[in-house]
Amino acid sequence: MKTPLAVIVLAALLPLLAGEYYINLASQIVIFAVFAASINLLLGYGGLATLGHAAYLGVAAYLSAFLYLKLQLAHWAIAPLALIGTTLMAGVFGLVALRATGLGFLMLTLALSQVLWGTAYRWVSVTDGDNGLRGLARPMPFGINMNEAMPFYYFVLVIGVFAIWMMARFVSSPFGATLRGTRDQPRRMSALGYDVWLIRWITFIYAGFWGAVSGLLFVYYHKYIHPVSLSLANSAEGLLAVIAGGSGTLAGPIVGAAIVLLLKNWASAYIERWNMLLGFVFVFIVVLMPEGVVPGVKRLWQRRSASRG
Amino acid sequence: MQYWAIQTLNSLALGGLLFLLAAGFSLIFGLMRIANLTHGALFMLGAYIGVSVMRQWPNLWFAALAAGAAVAIFGGLLERFILRQIGGNVLGQVLVTLGVSFIIADACLLTWGGDPIPIPTPPLLQMPVRIGSFIFPAYRLAVVGIAVVVAIALYLLMERTRLGAMIRAGVDDPQMASAVGIPVSRLFSTVFCLGAALAGAGGVIGGPILSAYPGLDADMLPLALIVVILGGAGSLLGAFVGAFITGFVYTFGVALLPDLAYVILFLPMILVIAFRPRGLFGKFAA
Amino acid sequence: MSFTRRRFIQAAGAAATAAAFPAAAQAEPIRLGLVTVKTGPLASGGIDMERALTQYLKERNDTLAGRKVELLVADGGGVPAQTRTKIQELVERDRIHLMIGPLDTASALAADDYIRQAQLLTLSVAAAEDMTQRKPNPWFTRGTSTSSQSAMPLADYAAKQLKYKRMAVIADDIAYGHEMCAGFMRVFEDAGGKVVQRMFPPLTVPDYGTYLAQLKTNIDSIFLGFAGSNGFRFLRQMNEYGLIKKMAPIGGMTALDEAVLRNMGDEALGIITSCWYSAEIDNPINQKFASSFRSQWKYDPGFYAAATYTEAAVLEATLNQIKGRVEDKPAFMKAVRSVKVDSCRGPVSFDQYGNVVGNVYIRRVVRKEGRLVNSVIHTYPNVSQFWTYKPEEFLKNPVYSRDWPPAKNLES
Repeated sequence: MKTPLAVIVLAALLPLLAGEYYINLASQIVIFAVFAASINLLLGYGGLATLGHAAYLGVAAYLSAFLYLKLQLAHWAIAPLALIGTTLMAGVFGLVALRATGLGFLMLTLALSQVLWGTAYRWVSVTDGDNGLRGLARPMPFGINMNEAMPFYYFVLVIGVFAIWMMARFVSSPFGATLRGTRDQPRRMSALGYDVWLIRWITFIYAGFWGAVSGLLFVYYHKYIHPVSLSLANSAEGLLAVIAGGSGTLAGPIVGAAIVLLLKNWASAYIERWNMLLGFVFVFIVVLMPEGVVPGVKRLWQRRSASRG
Repeated sequence: MQYWAIQTLNSLALGGLLFLLAAGFSLIFGLMRIANLTHGALFMLGAYIGVSVMRQWPNLWFAALAAGAAVAIFGGLLERFILRQIGGNVLGQVLVTLGVSFIIADACLLTWGGDPIPIPTPPLLQMPVRIGSFIFPAYRLAVVGIAVVVAIALYLLMERTRLGAMIRAGVDDPQMASAVGIPVSRLFSTVFCLGAALAGAGGVIGGPILSAYPGLDADMLPLALIVVILGGAGSLLGAFVGAFITGFVYTFGVALLPDLAYVILFLPMILVIAFRPRGLFGKFAA
Repeated sequence: MSFTRRRFIQAAGAAATAAAFPAAAQAEPIRLGLVTVKTGPLASGGIDMERALTQYLKERNDTLAGRKVELLVADGGGVPAQTRTKIQELVERDRIHLMIGPLDTASALAADDYIRQAQLLTLSVAAAEDMTQRKPNPWFTRGTSTSSQSAMPLADYAAKQLKYKRMAVIADDIAYGHEMCAGFMRVFEDAGGKVVQRMFPPLTVPDYGTYLAQLKTNIDSIFLGFAGSNGFRFLRQMNEYGLIKKMAPIGGMTALDEAVLRNMGDEALGIITSCWYSAEIDNPINQKFASSFRSQWKYDPGFYAAATYTEAAVLEATLNQIKGRVEDKPAFMKAVRSVKVDSCRGPVSFDQYGNVVGNVYIRRVVRKEGRLVNSVIHTYPNVSQFWTYKPEEFLKNPVYSRDWPPAKNLES
């Protein structure tokens, strides 16, 4: 319990030390970490690799933007509507995607999200197509102006910590234990009388819900949404962050999200070929720490303290 | 009538191209259970190597062989020094193959620049073929022929040679295969090189139609996945049939339902996997 | 690019000092941000943007209006959210005074509200129409053109000079393509022509065979509204199917850009396109620009290179007017919209919405000294984004899109 608390305290202190740009970067990392953590529920604990999770981020963001711009609802009314709508969609998508596991599951999730991506491009009257929806405003909870970097960062941090805590509770609950059972021993779990499919479906919906939460934060941050947010590239980025950080660990998605965003947004200012760098970082992670950065570092740490005495 | 004939030929040509793209992916996936996500990048790398080779020796077939060989070597190194280290670690394979794709894509941009580069059509096949009052590019018909030849060659390799027998044994039951003394590790290297070679050569053969341009890798990878998943993992016949089904669905789907242009490729796949998770001819559920 | 200085965190500190001592600000260099694309499919144009801007600054010894200019380059990758983050980085960390870019329409729209919020002086390359029309951004100036600004004169030329009556239009299924085709169709039909077929293939279409088979054969010509490698691939495939001889294609401002042309063969010969630039424009500024660009990089500058070279000229003229005081943003905006400057694309001025008024050239591909070039065959002088329509009436209509103006003459 000590490490998470320390991380939260450090994260909360960050605005005192860093400039506006770094605060905004930190907000983006927290948002991306929530997104990655929701993928981790399926990948790390359910053994289901998804390449379509951008669907939930994107649809929640689009719903929010659409309701705000075209129906002119207030944010307090939009947020639950967008979350409910996206979660229902996750329920339906789960029915289709969970017809398969393994690479079949991966391809079904990819296909479903590509259908949404295509729809966002083509259904111009709702999505404004390639122009994207713009002209949004951030919500003002309790009348606080969130347009400055710092208040928005705290808003994102509070929701982000809550989201990750809720997901941690989920996987450490008895239900989480059965979920891990379906990952490791699906046949035995069904022989023991568990409904493997139902366990996976519930997880799928839960992951979709938190993906939707990250989508709301995403659209609040950027005040803009474009079909590219629903794309395969976006889904893949989330998946890669989880694997790089360490799937099936609480800190893995957070570390992975930080690695990917820092490389993309910070290192790219110094290194022109940052795409190549990103590729090399992934390769090195796999070669040196095949199970991801978080478990890898932990193992090295333990080995070091063991050799010390 | 003529319109339908032309669209049918278009479907066949696209199907042939897709088979050349997907055959190597299917082979590697079938035997090694590795979803080689560098496949799109290897296809693009092949196309670019073809560009450079043809600047020296302007012969498409030679360039295809050279690019196939070069990409095979690259694939061999990738398999030997990275993928083998993490055998069985599926997530590691996803991360490393996508990571290598990023590296290849950026290296191609650095080497060949950002502009699209054409790969010339062989002079003999530049003349369009006349069909009634309509004309159809001869090269596209040649691509269908090449796809069929490659398919037959791969079939003979699999069914009539010792290597093929070992591969089939490996596909059906990897543990058993190594238990009866098949050198699975060497076999894996061979298959991976072969799959990479097909991707590299495919990039050159597809070149006169597609050209070489940055982003070719990302355009092609989902197509390879669609074909293999639709046709069924580990099945050459599946890849062949899947490629032509995809060619027909795309060509006619876009023409008849232009509003579904973005999703038309994915709909048949969703239907097939939803009702038959192992694909049309798959040996195992992917 | 040796003088694209790698940045250090000290920039923020330096800016804070400058704000505290306004007198010292004059001596401080102007920090100019270039937001471009250096990775992925749009990289070719993005790299040209940097090369041409670098050349302009080098020709001026990195000094504009007596102040040193420090260039900071950021790569948005053509992804809207990422480009927005990059712009934020340039503003919040590097404290740039103004920005040239971004390249693509969607990125410009994604950054729209941030540009307003940060009051960031912007000289844009992206063509998004409404940024200077119905939702004009007060900090946004565009020296290149809107999507349809070059397409509308071409439609006029096609109807009146080439005497085309029936045409098809095809473009990438993105806002840029829609806006270009819509502008083309409106002017062409107002001049008595008919657009009888319209197709918008997705940006990442694997093969155009199925579209070529649908193409009507009883038309005079087809308008190509592609960007990047797609126009190149479409034209090659048209040639494969023997269609170029049947209908003479004509193209928008990026369909046969110099960057694409240098890899094309004889199939491109004779094709007519329109753009606000050509490497062949006969004026002293352009002759100097094009020849030194060519001698350094071994190819002709095109749309993207000319874009930043033009914006840099606009910037210099504006800075000269306000004596280099780029910190006075309202003065800058007032000056930039009143400048008249001779640039590589010819004389340039701006309308009250911040969009350029300048020449549009009708060009034909010919072979010259062994390479293909866009030779200028006709000039439409001082074309505005509203073409010959009255701005007030033009702005009452919806923005150009897939649905507006409605296509009346499509035949199925």
